[in-house]
Formats: sequence, C-alpha cells, structure tokens
Amino acid sequence: MIKVVDLYKSFKDQAVLRGVNLTIEEGCSMALIGGSGQGKSILLKHIIGLIRPDQGRVLIDNQDIGKVRGRPLKQLKERFGIVFQGGALFDSLTVFDNVAFPLREKTRLNDSIIRDKVLQELSRVGLSDAKKKYPAEISGGMKKRTALARCLIMNPEIILFDEPTTGLDPLISKAIHRLIRECQKSLKFTAIIVTHEIPAIFSIVDYVAMLYNGKIIFTGTPEEIKTSLDPVVHQFIHGELEGPISLK
Amino acid sequence: MIWILTPFKLIGSYTHRFIRELGKMVCFIATSFFWMMFPPYLIQRIIKQINFIGVKTTPVIVLTGSFTGMVLALQTYYALAKFGAESSVGPVVALSLIRELGPVISALMVTGCAGSALTAEIGIMRITEQIDALDAMALNPHKYLIVPNIIAGILSLPLLNAIFVVLGVFGGYTISVGLMDLSSGTYFQGIRDFIKTRDILEGLYKSISFGFLITWISCYKGYFTGYGAEGVSKSTIRSVVLSSVMILIWDYFMTSVMVLNN
Repeated sequence: MIKVVDLYKSFKDQAVLRGVNLTIEEGCSMALIGGSGQGKSILLKHIIGLIRPDQGRVLIDNQDIGKVRGRPLKQLKERFGIVFQGGALFDSLTVFDNVAFPLREKTRLNDSIIRDKVLQELSRVGLSDAKKKYPAEISGGMKKRTALARCLIMNPEIILFDEPTTGLDPLISKAIHRLIRECQKSLKFTAIIVTHEIPAIFSIVDYVAMLYNGKIIFTGTPEEIKTSLDPVVHQFIHGELEGPISLK
Repeated sequence: MIWILTPFKLIGSYTHRFIRELGKMVCFIATSFFWMMFPPYLIQRIIKQINFIGVKTTPVIVLTGSFTGMVLALQTYYALAKFGAESSVGPVVALSLIRELGPVISALMVTGCAGSALTAEIGIMRITEQIDALDAMALNPHKYLIVPNIIAGILSLPLLNAIFVVLGVFGGYTISVGLMDLSSGTYFQGIRDFIKTRDILEGLYKSISFGFLITWISCYKGYFTGYGAEGVSKSTIRSVVLSSVMILIWDYFMTSVMVLNN
C-alpha cells in the first residue's frame, strides 16, 4: 500500500504541494488528474523517492521512502517502475538494449535468457520489429511502449506512469491505455497514472484522484467523479471555461 | 541612504552564491569518491569513457603537440641565437613541453573536445529524465555516470600528455635540425643532459590533477544543468570556461609548490 501523508514541497518561493494526503491500495490502479503545473509529476517523483519532501511522508508498506537510505532505499526502489513523460530512453542504445538494460545492469542472467525475456516483453508491447532501432528513429507511441517494456521486464510491484499518452494521436492513446490496462490486470501491479486524458482514462482505472492547489481535493471511483458536485472537479472534468478554476 | 549598502549587499550575495556553489561541487565529488570505493567497478564503462575522453582526443593532441613543438623551437632558436646559445634549443623545448606546455595545452584540448561533450551529454541525459530513469532503476547515477568519467580522465590525461610531449620534441627536432641546421646529436644530447626524472614526474602530477579537474567540472556542470536546450548550452559554456581557468590557476599553484620545493 502507498500512503502519502501531509506532503509539502516548495521550489524556491513557489509552494507546489501543500499538504497532499493520498492512499493507494495494493494492486489497484489510480489516475491522478489536475491542471498543468499543479504538481502531479512532482508528487509522482516523491512517491518513487526521486525528490525528498520538505515536510510529510510517503509510506510504501509503512516504510518512509523519504527517510530510508542506502540498501533499504535501493530495495524499495527496486519494487518500482516508472514510465516517464518522454520515455527517458537511453539515446545511445537500441530499443532492444534499452529494454535489456535493467537486466544487464542489475542481474547476473546470461545473454540468452536476457534475450528471451526482452523479446517476450517487446512482443507484449508490439515492438518486435523495432528492436534494432534507436530511440531517435521511432515514434512517440513506440517510445512510450519501449519505456513500458523496460519497466515491465523487472516485474515491479508498482508502476508509475507520467502522462503516458501525451502528444499521441487518439488511436495510439487508446492502444496505450488498453495495453496498460491489460498489463495491470495480468501482472497485478499497482499503477498510478498521471494523465490529462479525460474521460478516456476513467475506463481503465479503479480510482481517480484530483490534485488542485497543492492538495488532493477528490478521491473516488470513476463513477463517483463523474457525478461529483464539487464545482472545481465538475469544471475540470467537463472542461468548462467558466467556474472556480481560473485560467492563468 | 540605503544605496550606500547596495555594494555590500552585492558582494555578500556573490560571496554567498560562490560558497554555496563550491560546497555543492565538493559534495558532488565527495559522493562520487564514496561510490568509487564500492563494487561493482564498471570496468567496461571506464574503458568506454577512456575511448571517449582519450582516444577520440588523440588526433587533436597529435596536431597541437607537433605544431607547439615546432613553433617553440623556432622562437627559442631565434631568442637563443642572440646569445650564441643555439645548442640549448633541445633542452629548452623539451623542458618547456615536459614541465608546462604539455600538461597545460593537452588539458585545454581535452576540455574543448571531451569536457564540453561530457557536459552536453550528461546535461541532455538530465533534461530528458535519463538520469532520473537510472535513479528510478535503483542504479546510482554517480556510480554509473560520474565515477567512470573521473577515472577515465585521470588515466587518459597523462597518456595524452605523453603523446603531446613526444610529438612536440620531435616537432622541435624537425625545425631545429631540418630548418636551422642544428646537429641531431646536439639537440638530443642537451635533452639527455638537462631533463631529470623529477621534471617528468612534475608533468605527470600536473596532467593527473588536470584530468581530475576537467572531468569533475564537466560532470558537475552537466549533472546540474538548467532547463531545456538553452540550459545545456549555458552549462557547456560554463564548464569549458571554468575548466580552462581552473587549469591555469591550478597550474600556477602546482608550479609554485614544485619550484619552491626544488
């Protein structure tokens, strides 16, 4: 279980997170929505321990990721996978080598086992034909799928997706959503998906949380958010220009 | 009256920024040294970086080394001829190259070629979240990215310096013997008589410390780069300027210590 308790984070004078509280049950998928610049990606980076909070805690099965150091932190991070917004693929490696990278660096498996595992993951995400290409030679959607394959190859318990469909056309977005859903259901990992894909995301997640003004103002099922009477939530999910959310 | 305080505020602010940056740089290198001590030692990555820093800079070192030796021989011959001491061209050229010009110019060349590329590469990895990806995979970015570069820099610079000096001495030889009609024996005998092991060791110590300085500054500037392409571009410029200035300042301090201890 992931539990975010009273999390605060500021950059210079700008307060980004102002007391975030959030709980994600094991094996569930949650969409994290909110306006641009509200701190969704920052929250994600806190959850995986890439940023330390100014105040508050991120508990992974009751272990505070902001407090642990050394080997326990490494062990905690090994339970995670993250698909970054731009894929964060290594430019100098091919698609195959990018997916093989965690296995080569973190395990002592021999080359033939690594090869089999990589081909299996590439086939799962539909990239068997692109294995020899470099990140610069593939499309945005393929980069996201490569990043997902690199993530899945280590069988993480928790996967964080930072805007996995941003900049992709509707068909590719739908395919990526379906892929995430299928992988999540079959591999049973906990998923947190930062996204702007509303309402498409509601069909693939168990829960939705909305971040506004540095706080979580709504947590519930997709059905609940659709019928929410909160004016901020209502305005945001319906994309209305008039309402309490001001456009800056 | 408040304007009277403005210069003091400015000095204070610059001093504060300088000390903070220096502290950050020291913490950065201390973290790298800490991770350097623990296995795995990533030998393959170190070899790859030696190829990147050392081998790929070799053509530039070959060219600059040869021409530096040639121009040094020309100028030295011109100056010494006024005192009738042309026979000392060999040792003067060799001594200048071994103790000073070899380590400094080869370090400046490495800064321009490999140091800038290193900052840009690490900077791009930072802005495209590749460093975050390493961290998220529980791979320490210091251990994986910084340590191999620092070791490669420390190992490559003395070798590049050696190539620079040898080619410089032969460049000087071609000018002195081929153009100025100095005898081959005079040129090399002078070098044998005047160059001591201590001179070679001083050049070696300098190039090792320059290798460390260049990779430290280049990696640091890339690791803490600003946002976007502009951020990487600024970091690269700062890295080259700071490395070049630090090479010359550090060279002065090392020379002072070595000369005073002789």
